[in-house]
Amino acid sequence: MSFLNIKNATKAYGDVEVLHKIDIAVEEGEFLVLVGPSGCGKSTLLNMIAGLEEISSGEISIKGKTMNGVHPSKRNIAMVFQSYALYPNMTVAKNITFGLEMHNVPKSECASALADVAKLLQIEPLLDRRPGQLSGGQRQRVAMGRALVRNPDVFLFDEPLSNLDAKLRVDMRTEIKRLHEKLKTTMVYVTHDQIEAMTLSTRIAVMFQGYVQQLGTPKQIYDTPSNLYVATFMGSPSMNLLPVDVVDGTDGSQFELKVGEQSTKTVELKGQRLPAGRYTLGLRPEHITDPESADLESCEYLTIESVVEVVEPAGADTFVTTKLQGISVNTRMRGDIEVVTGEVTEFSIDLRRLHFFDPKTELRVELEKVGG
Amino acid sequence: MSNVTQDTAVRTSTFTRIFIYGLLILFAAYYLMPLFVMIVNSLKPLSEITSGNMMALPEVWTLEPWRQAWSKAQIGIEPTGLKPYFVNSLLIVIPAVFISTIIGAINGYVLTKWRFRGDTLIFGALLFSCFIPFQIVLIPMAIVLGKLGIAGSIPGLVLVHVVYGIGFTTLYYRNYYAVFPTELVRAAQIDGAGFFRIFWRIMLPISGPITVVSVIWQFTNVWNDFLFGASFAGQEQPMTVALNNLVQSSTGVKEYNVHFAGAILAALPTLLVYIVAGRYFVRGLMAGSVKG
Repeated sequence: MSFLNIKNATKAYGDVEVLHKIDIAVEEGEFLVLVGPSGCGKSTLLNMIAGLEEISSGEISIKGKTMNGVHPSKRNIAMVFQSYALYPNMTVAKNITFGLEMHNVPKSECASALADVAKLLQIEPLLDRRPGQLSGGQRQRVAMGRALVRNPDVFLFDEPLSNLDAKLRVDMRTEIKRLHEKLKTTMVYVTHDQIEAMTLSTRIAVMFQGYVQQLGTPKQIYDTPSNLYVATFMGSPSMNLLPVDVVDGTDGSQFELKVGEQSTKTVELKGQRLPAGRYTLGLRPEHITDPESADLESCEYLTIESVVEVVEPAGADTFVTTKLQGISVNTRMRGDIEVVTGEVTEFSIDLRRLHFFDPKTELRVELEKVGG
Repeated sequence: MSNVTQDTAVRTSTFTRIFIYGLLILFAAYYLMPLFVMIVNSLKPLSEITSGNMMALPEVWTLEPWRQAWSKAQIGIEPTGLKPYFVNSLLIVIPAVFISTIIGAINGYVLTKWRFRGDTLIFGALLFSCFIPFQIVLIPMAIVLGKLGIAGSIPGLVLVHVVYGIGFTTLYYRNYYAVFPTELVRAAQIDGAGFFRIFWRIMLPISGPITVVSVIWQFTNVWNDFLFGASFAGQEQPMTVALNNLVQSSTGVKEYNVHFAGAILAALPTLLVYIVAGRYFVRGLMAGSVKG
C-alpha cells in the first residue's frame, strides 16, 4: 500500500459531481503536483486530503490508515495556503507554534522546534514581528515554517507562490525544491502554473474538468502527452496542432504538409506506420527550429523553406511564427538568429518528435514499427 | 505666464479657503448653539432665566441646578433626583451592549466562516429585523416578557434591547469578517483549534475596530431609547424616562436650569463614548465597507 493513497475519490455538491473517481497512489518522499486550470478540482482534491472537505465517496488513506471522517488536525498533515493565512494578531513565533500549543506540546519543546525551523528558513530576526510588518516573501517563509514545525507526514501546498511577484516566485520555487530534497517528506502541491509543475515535481497529475487526464513523471507528461488537453496545457508556448491526412507509403506511413501558401512537402515516417486516416499532428515549438540549432547529423530532420510571419525575440530564444497547413505555427530558434518578417527562411522539423492524436477521441495514437 | 497663473491659483485658493472656513465656523456655531444655551442656563439661578436672559452668561455662577437634578429633584413621587435612574440605565446598557455585541460577533463568524445551507436566508432575516419599527413589536414583546416572567424588570429590558440589537451587530461583524480569508479558519483547523478556540484566539483579537462600532452603536441606541423604557420598565425606569418625568411635570415651578442640567446628564455618557472611541468608529465603518 502506498504512503498516501487516493482511491476512487469522488466529490459531489448535491447532484453536481466535481471530481470523478480519482485514483492516485503517492509513495513516501514523492513530490506530487496537481496541475490544471481553475475550476478543474485540484484544490478540492487537496482540501479532501487535508480533511477540510468531505469525501463524497471513495477513500483517502495516509500510511495505510483511512482518513475519511478524520479531523484535519488529527491527520498529521500541514498545509500552506495561497493567502498564507497567517494569524494577523499573533507574532511570527506565535504563528509558528500555535499548532503545537493546540496539541499540548510542552513549552520547552515548542521553543526548540521553533528555533530549528527559524534557522532552517532563516527567519530568526522576524520572530517578534507581526504578519502585517512582513513582505510577501517573508510571509511565505513564515507560512512554510508553520507547516514545517509540525513535522507532518504529508505537506500540502495550495498555490503557495501565486501571490508573489515573478522574480520572488522563481526564488521561492527553488527554495521549496531544495527543502524537499533536504527533508524528503511527501508533498502534494497544487498549482495552475505548468512550469512550477515541471520544475518541482517527481510526478505530475494533470487535471481537467474533475478528471485526472494524465499521471506521470514530468518527462512522461511532456514527451508523451496522453491526449490533446495535456499536450497543449503543458509547455509554453503551447504545442502546435495541425490536421493531417496520413496515407500508406512505401516504407511506413506518410502525409502531405502544406508549407506557406502554395508548396507542399511529403513527410515520410520512415519505418513507422499509422492506420490511414485523418489525425491531429502535434509539434512543439522547439522541434521546429533553424537548421543550425538542429542536430542534422541524425538525418531525422525535415528542412523546409517558409515565409516568416512574426518574429518575437525573447533573449535566449527567438520565437518565429510561420504558416504550415494554412495555420500559424510557433517555432523556436536560437537567440541570435537574424530573420526578417516577410522573408523566406529555413526551418528544420524534428521528425522523431511528432505527436499524433485521434481528432475525435483526442487521445494519443502511437506509431507502430513496420514489420515489427 | 506660468508665474501669473500660479499666483492666481494661490490667491484663489486663499480666498476660497477663507470662504470655506467662514462657512464651516458659521454652521458649527449654529449647531453648537443649543448646547451653549443648555450649559449656560444650567449654571445660573432660575431667577436669571425667568428674567429673560437666556443667551447671556450667568451673573452668578452656581452648580446648584446640577446637584438638584442629580440627587434632589422630584421625579414621579419621590424626590430622588436622576441618580437612581442613571444607575438603572447603566444596569440596562452594559449587559445589553455586551450580550448583543458578543452574539453579533459569533453570528458574523458563523455566517462568513462556517457557512451552511440557508445561511444567506438567515442573514437576510436578521437584516430584516433592522427595519422593523419599534412600535409594531410592543404588544407581542409585552406578551413574551409576561410569559417569561420578566415584565417590568431590568432583565426584561436587557432582553428587549439584545433582541433588537442583534440584527445590527450581526450585520457589522458579518461584513467585517467577510474580508478575512476563510483560509485563516482552515489553517487554524489544521493547527488543531476548534470552533470557539478559533473565535477567541483569532477572530476576536482582530475585531477591534468593528467592536468599537458595535459598542458605540448599541450604547447610543440603548441609552437613548425611550419607547421600550417607558413601555416595559415598570418601577426601574431608565434615565430617558425619568428625564421626561422631570421635564414634563405639570405641577410646581418649571425649574429650567435643573431641566437643562438633567438633560446634559442624560446625554453625557453617549457623548463620552463618542469622544473616547469616535475616531475608531469611522475607521471601523470604513474597514467593514471595503468588501461586502
